[in-house]
Amino acid sequence: MVELKQTSPCAGLLPVTLGDVTMSELTPGQMTCLTAFGDPADLSAALERAHGMALPGPNRSSGKQGARCIWFGRGDVLLIGPAPDAALGAHAAVVDLSDAWATVSLKGAGAVDVLARLVPLDLREGHFKRGHTARSQVMHMQASVTRLASDEFMIMVFRSMAGTLVHDMKQAMAAVASRR
Amino acid sequence: MRIECPMCGSRDRREFYYQGAAVMLARPDPQAHEADWEAYLHLRENPAGPTRELWQHDGGCGAWLVVTRDTVSHQISDTQLAADVKRAMGKAS
Repeated sequence: MVELKQTSPCAGLLPVTLGDVTMSELTPGQMTCLTAFGDPADLSAALERAHGMALPGPNRSSGKQGARCIWFGRGDVLLIGPAPDAALGAHAAVVDLSDAWATVSLKGAGAVDVLARLVPLDLREGHFKRGHTARSQVMHMQASVTRLASDEFMIMVFRSMAGTLVHDMKQAMAAVASRR
Repeated sequence: MRIECPMCGSRDRREFYYQGAAVMLARPDPQAHEADWEAYLHLRENPAGPTRELWQHDGGCGAWLVVTRDTVSHQISDTQLAADVKRAMGKAS
């Protein structure tokens, strides 16, 4: 049997620093999509009991670093970090997506300017605060964007597009850095 | 052009995929007459004015929407989740 070696989606590509912005890969652990069968309030209560955070509403996230839950589209949330408690299975479809998404952090004072070149959303802090999340696009890739801190974003794209993500982000980072 | 997604808010048109007239929501009964099926599959109005269409927010939350758009001015007067529209149709019939 061939010995297969486990690698992360952006292995060998990151971290990259251009100007005051650093892009690095996040390895957030297990990622699980939860889709409520019935009343989302039941799933929220189960999530609160099992992992200590409520079910986030549209465009919001809950929890904190290490155990986070982000809204992930109509009817879906993504539990990031802990292995999902078995009790969640009674209220929601529980699907492991750990290997399906590439997750990067974009950190620095210019991070918001970099994303302004790639994402068709107003991500400035007055409008897109810490804990806010959005499903949108990075260039032409479907993506999830979450503000982790005043100068840090988490960006997720399909794993197969990790190379394109790094390429597009580096170009935007270089353009922003050259204007500072 | 901006479209107001009921889940995500006002978004750029590039995030959306256009499907066609919203008549696709009114699927005839499998036993319905051939003429009803032909009309459902092939016949479409081509109005110069407000029209109801199906769009998907595929670059965003993934929801299907019923968008009321004026084909002359491209003005969008209403957007609703297709799931809500379909549910309301079920209640009405």
